[in-house]
Amino acid sequence: MNKLIVSPSPHTHGRESTQSIMRDVLIALTPAMVVSVLASGWSALILIVVGVAACILTEFLIQKYLLKTPVTVCDLSAAVTGCLLALNLPPNAPWWLIVIGSVVAIGIAKMTFGGLGQNIFNPALVGRVFLLVSFPVLMTSWSDAGSMFGIVDAFSGATPLGAVKEGLANGLTLSQITADDLTFSQEFFFNAGGSAGELSAIALILGFIYLLCRRVIKATIPVTILCTVFVISGIFWLADPEHYTNPVFNLFSGGLLLGAIFMATDYVTSPMTTLGQIIFGIGIGLITVFVRYFGSYPEGVSFAILIMNCAVPLLNKYCKPHRFGEVKK
Amino acid sequence: MTGTILFTIATLVALGLLFAVVLYFVAQKFKVEEDPRIGTVESILPGANCGGCGHAGCHAFAENVVKAPDMEGFFCPVGGNPVMTKVAEALGRAVEEKAPMVAVVRCNGTLANRPRTNEYDGYASCKVMASLYAGDTGCKFGCLGKGDCEAACKFDAIHVDPARGVATVDEDKCTACGACVKACPKGIIELRAKGFKNRRVTVLCVNKDKGAVTRKACSAGCIGCGKCAKTCPFGAITVENNVAYIDFNVCKLCRKCVESCPTHAINEFNFPPKPKIEEKPHEENV
Amino acid sequence: MKKTFRIGGVHPDDSKISAEAAIEIFPAIETAYVSMAQHLGAPATPIVAAGDKVKVGQVIAEPSGFISGFVHSPVSGTVKSVGPRADIAGNMVQHVEITVEGDEWMEDIDRSETIVKDIPFTPEEIIEKVKKAGIVGLGGASFPTHVKLAPPKDKKAECLILNGTECEPFLTSDDRIMREHPQEILIGGAIMMKALGVTRGYVGIEENKPAAIASMKEAAKAFPQIEVVVLKKRYPQGGEKQLIDAVIRRQVPSGALPIDTGAVVQNVGTSLAVYEAVQKNKPLIDNVITVTGRCLPVQHNYKVRIGTPMSKILEVAGGVPEKAGKIISGGPMMGRAIANLDAATVKANGAILVLTPEETRRRPESNCIRCAKCASACPMGLEPWLLNKLSRAGGLHAELEKERVYDCIECGCCSFTCPAGIPLLDMIRMSKAEVMKIMRSRPKK
Repeated sequence: MNKLIVSPSPHTHGRESTQSIMRDVLIALTPAMVVSVLASGWSALILIVVGVAACILTEFLIQKYLLKTPVTVCDLSAAVTGCLLALNLPPNAPWWLIVIGSVVAIGIAKMTFGGLGQNIFNPALVGRVFLLVSFPVLMTSWSDAGSMFGIVDAFSGATPLGAVKEGLANGLTLSQITADDLTFSQEFFFNAGGSAGELSAIALILGFIYLLCRRVIKATIPVTILCTVFVISGIFWLADPEHYTNPVFNLFSGGLLLGAIFMATDYVTSPMTTLGQIIFGIGIGLITVFVRYFGSYPEGVSFAILIMNCAVPLLNKYCKPHRFGEVKK
Repeated sequence: MTGTILFTIATLVALGLLFAVVLYFVAQKFKVEEDPRIGTVESILPGANCGGCGHAGCHAFAENVVKAPDMEGFFCPVGGNPVMTKVAEALGRAVEEKAPMVAVVRCNGTLANRPRTNEYDGYASCKVMASLYAGDTGCKFGCLGKGDCEAACKFDAIHVDPARGVATVDEDKCTACGACVKACPKGIIELRAKGFKNRRVTVLCVNKDKGAVTRKACSAGCIGCGKCAKTCPFGAITVENNVAYIDFNVCKLCRKCVESCPTHAINEFNFPPKPKIEEKPHEENV
Repeated sequence: MKKTFRIGGVHPDDSKISAEAAIEIFPAIETAYVSMAQHLGAPATPIVAAGDKVKVGQVIAEPSGFISGFVHSPVSGTVKSVGPRADIAGNMVQHVEITVEGDEWMEDIDRSETIVKDIPFTPEEIIEKVKKAGIVGLGGASFPTHVKLAPPKDKKAECLILNGTECEPFLTSDDRIMREHPQEILIGGAIMMKALGVTRGYVGIEENKPAAIASMKEAAKAFPQIEVVVLKKRYPQGGEKQLIDAVIRRQVPSGALPIDTGAVVQNVGTSLAVYEAVQKNKPLIDNVITVTGRCLPVQHNYKVRIGTPMSKILEVAGGVPEKAGKIISGGPMMGRAIANLDAATVKANGAILVLTPEETRRRPESNCIRCAKCASACPMGLEPWLLNKLSRAGGLHAELEKERVYDCIECGCCSFTCPAGIPLLDMIRMSKAEVMKIMRSRPKK
């Protein structure tokens, strides 16, 4: 017989590990990645591969040679960051762009805070916003989606949100702008031209359902964000449908679904209690709508999430779970 | 262009001056009156804030010592006698010299001496381990080797060597602040007088079990046979609860007990090697 | 919709592999080692000395405080010695060592199979009988039962809840006794209800024990005042506070006692012991122990005399397999790992569980990813991640108290669920002990 093992209870542990959770997130992102590759061809695939590789490599090099701590790239969290970053860039972005984004995301947003679990801001979003303000032209020239494995460098256009913003700025009304091409059904399944991950709402929702079934995330944050966006934009739209886009368009355009499902629910940078998560979601929804309607950028999800990330420690401190035996007031 | 630069400089200078004036008056207004001697004493203290003196830190020690009528009960283990003399001088008081101390881990239950009987798989903390069970050896009293003392030490002076499995004190670095004594859940660590030229004789065991039980658990344990107590010409050794203890205030470092101990539980430190006796190669360490 | 408790909880694998093994009487032993620390509170004081002859059921130790208990000889024979002996943790505890000679019982014990249903005793008599029989809570905490049956004067008991949840994986001893002795359990419940002066009784059983539920429901037809409540499977439903919440929808306020909700919870095993003590004059000298583990060839439920060495039980059960890594007294969630197999069983031992290293070894710890799974799993609504962080910082007892570390019931849901393998409960248990020490040292209001 071996020497007996002795340890405090519990003596058994659940099957979930950091790695299995991250693997589930990657699986949930697969439909969106597939759509992205189908829509934009090899350039999207290259972007994803390079993004994942760059993130993993950055984390590996920093842990191995700079911090000299155990290397933890096997937990797949860097791979998730790489995927999310790739899905946040235009599919035809050059490969070096995502390398820079990855270095910023992992090197600055994650490792400087102490690695996994310690960062305040979502690394992929920090990478994205860094690229957005550093390379505005590259980051906002989108290939027109819809060309299955088509030749990608054919045409550059604006995202639906970008088109709306530009049109409004030029004094047009919405009915004039949207006369051309925006229809809801198209957006829902495929065609809302935008960054790689913004293409298909249905693919993202599939991922969402998978995460819910695997109990990786709870629906609280995404649902609160989407409801807030729907309600707030609905109020504006009812007040003036000629200047404010309709709520359904707001839900399915831009990075809202990607952000709400995959970025805002990042464990590390979201609140731990349901009440905190609801406040967090409402905050993101409000900021998103306001940036879209009144900001200078056409899309505000990234900024909304990053801004609300700052509030997370405070939300964790003040939103306590319901303690056992506590009398409800 | 030049105008802009000049304007900027002028604004910054003006702002700087404004804040300086405001800060000066605020500092005057909210000044805390403090006995100036507290500052003096604090500047003499080593500033390690280790709490080894029993006060919350060096500042608290300074406050309390200034308030107190004499030096009774105040001693900075880190600075030792030189610092205490200076503090006493600064306060115009007399101070008694204290013998310099060092932490001693009273367990020699190394991996070689004390076989492991089970494997601990919980959080690596002596405190957690001690609250769970008697330990991973047959000895219930000895060092658990999970390093709570190491974590408590602010001077990098105590380490658990994985090859030995028992905490070891680095005598040069140890300031006898007593943090490890408090941290050890088994109460093995003791502050002992450093002794003349750092020479010491110590029983490295606290096992209160009966001799046979102790011997089964550890080859270097004190079996409470009492030979040392009989051998000691100065009556410095007492055997109580099956374990011998040497009073370092009485011990004259004759080392007769070291030779008499059948299990080599009594160890000598920093003596020049004795050429005539073939000593068994047992661990001679703290 | 089946009932369950309202906050937290986890779903560990059921693993009730010994559920079909009927209770066997454990063969006679040569020597019994009876611990004096069989109950929560002060150890009992032995009243026998080496050389004394004792019979089965004879008192060998008396309580040494209010929260303490009688200990009886589980065997007949000669007292060999009274002295310290190592318990399962290797700590020295006073034991009475008895060399077994024959099996001679005390004369007043009714050993017949007949079920006695009438309860001719007054509440005071019942409590006295329970106390004299040395009965403790057999759910694990081993709190003396007579203390629980006599709540403080200012508290009023309203109902009795019998705990047949057995929510820990692997354990099946309660399942077996509910299948084999349902009537006795219910009579025991009726006796305790009489002692408490209540008219409402419940038996909480988790849905994963259909046979036990059927047998108890059948027997309960004769007891209109006792209702069998089928509960959803969820750990830690057998926790006193969780069970009260699940059955009568009341939560014990922080710092209060379960009696403040009007409920008294007793394990079904305790109920059986109460029946035997009151109706049959049989003190608590044996209990049903599940011997189980996936690496064991045969699973057993033994009726074992108290004071039998664990090593003896494992030997009779077929020996410890080569690949065994950890042997646990109790279940995998709250049981205690055994460091010393020669230790003897005590009253509250419910199981001996053998796990392989692969099944039990802890995962390497990695960074907290702030997934909040521990907070969702905590049945007390605490935030284990935060308590862990505060504990590690050291010295933050005031903050820990504010975060209610003292409410922790040490169920292990947090450590169980943590994907990063952080030993949350190790840290929390340590700071809970420290904080409670500070709280106790405060002068009472």
